[in-house]
Amino acid sequence: MALSREQIAQRVAREIQDGFYVNLGIGIPTLVSNYVPEDMEVSLHSENGLLGMGPFPAADEIDADLINAGKQTVTLNKGASIFSSAESFAMIRGGHVDLTVLGAFELDVLGNIASYMIPGKLIKGMGGAMDLVAGADNIIVTMMHADRHGNSKLLNKCTLPLTGVGCIKKVVTDLAYMKISEGKFYLIERAPGTSVDEIISKTEGELVVSGNIPEMAL
Amino acid sequence: MSGLNKLVSNYDEALQGLEDGMTIIAGGFGLCGIPENLIAQIQKMGTKDLTIVSNNAGVDEFGLGLLLQSQQVKKMIASYVGENKLFEKQLLDGILEVELTPQGTLAEKMRSGGAGIPAFYTATGYGTDVATGKESRKFGDKDYILEEAIKGDFALVKAWKADLHGNAIYRMTAQNFNPMAATAGKITVMEAEYIVEPGELDPAQIHTPGIYVNRLIQGDSEKRIEQRTIRQDSEAS
Repeated sequence: MALSREQIAQRVAREIQDGFYVNLGIGIPTLVSNYVPEDMEVSLHSENGLLGMGPFPAADEIDADLINAGKQTVTLNKGASIFSSAESFAMIRGGHVDLTVLGAFELDVLGNIASYMIPGKLIKGMGGAMDLVAGADNIIVTMMHADRHGNSKLLNKCTLPLTGVGCIKKVVTDLAYMKISEGKFYLIERAPGTSVDEIISKTEGELVVSGNIPEMAL
Repeated sequence: MSGLNKLVSNYDEALQGLEDGMTIIAGGFGLCGIPENLIAQIQKMGTKDLTIVSNNAGVDEFGLGLLLQSQQVKKMIASYVGENKLFEKQLLDGILEVELTPQGTLAEKMRSGGAGIPAFYTATGYGTDVATGKESRKFGDKDYILEEAIKGDFALVKAWKADLHGNAIYRMTAQNFNPMAATAGKITVMEAEYIVEPGELDPAQIHTPGIYVNRLIQGDSEKRIEQRTIRQDSEAS
């Protein structure tokens, strides 16, 4: 069985450590905050200038001046801090954020990522994604392994405009957890009930499968 | 206006000297912390062929979206324009030019522009379309591209509290791009929700020192919310 969006987030959350400062992108990455283990203290970074982001507000707590990078109204946790966009990206570029989680359209064996533009179809812009992939060391990409028609999104070479080159080392898809190094994908874990053969058939880029591949613990 | 008092009496005066073809740097992220009254004034003035530097382009009927509606914008320098359908249409129709710029690079371009630094190296965008036509250089084992600073003929910012000298404090995440934008204008115009006498703000808590501010005006903000999200467990109560 392929993982649900929530299960992908759940698997990513297992990479979080106590005391981490974490930046979560829009979409599946945002869901990761729901699965931070209760015995851990983690601070969420939002690139519009906020550390210590809390949950969405109750209806009577809404504040138009307090939003996240997805422009959603949020709250502050105790110990939060607010700063300018320049300061926020100094944290990102300077490598101060411990874990960055973001989505992608395509990923390739060289660790290149395409996530911001589909020429002729989608003109939205990269927002902070290029800064995040260039500045962060510990990045996890979350994405679907293949599109609706079964075409792989884990490629030999990205076809869409790139967000960053050679910067991605880990990816959690609906089928697998894989690492990327030396021009290859390495299968580390598979989604419960998903066969190695299915993962191989849906991975276009060179995939190394060595030994018994364990099922993910969720 | 006299001495260090930056207060102007009306919005005509606030944007006096704004001409067709000028570059405007605007603070704000989404609709949060945008100088909404100054933007509305530009629409009223009808100034054309503007280059606007701002993280986002507003939404269709609010913020910088207003200036797109009235086709006053020639070029937009922004990191994310996804919430604006009109923007996309004008881009495809060739009415509007866009320079997509990574968010952190955009912030640093404004900061550098105001700080007398003509350009800086960043790893952001190396090997992507953003790097096209730009110098690159290796420091250590990592590649960087050279990004140039941005200055505006005008910079428009939105503060929460400002004193008459233009010393200002931003509220919550309405701070965002405003502090850098404030430094990068030949003429910086600040609209503030509250204007107080010098001495009333704690000097150690000032985000933007008044030296950067040329004109100050009071503005009541509508503060529209782009994505009103509330906790599900709070909906029942």
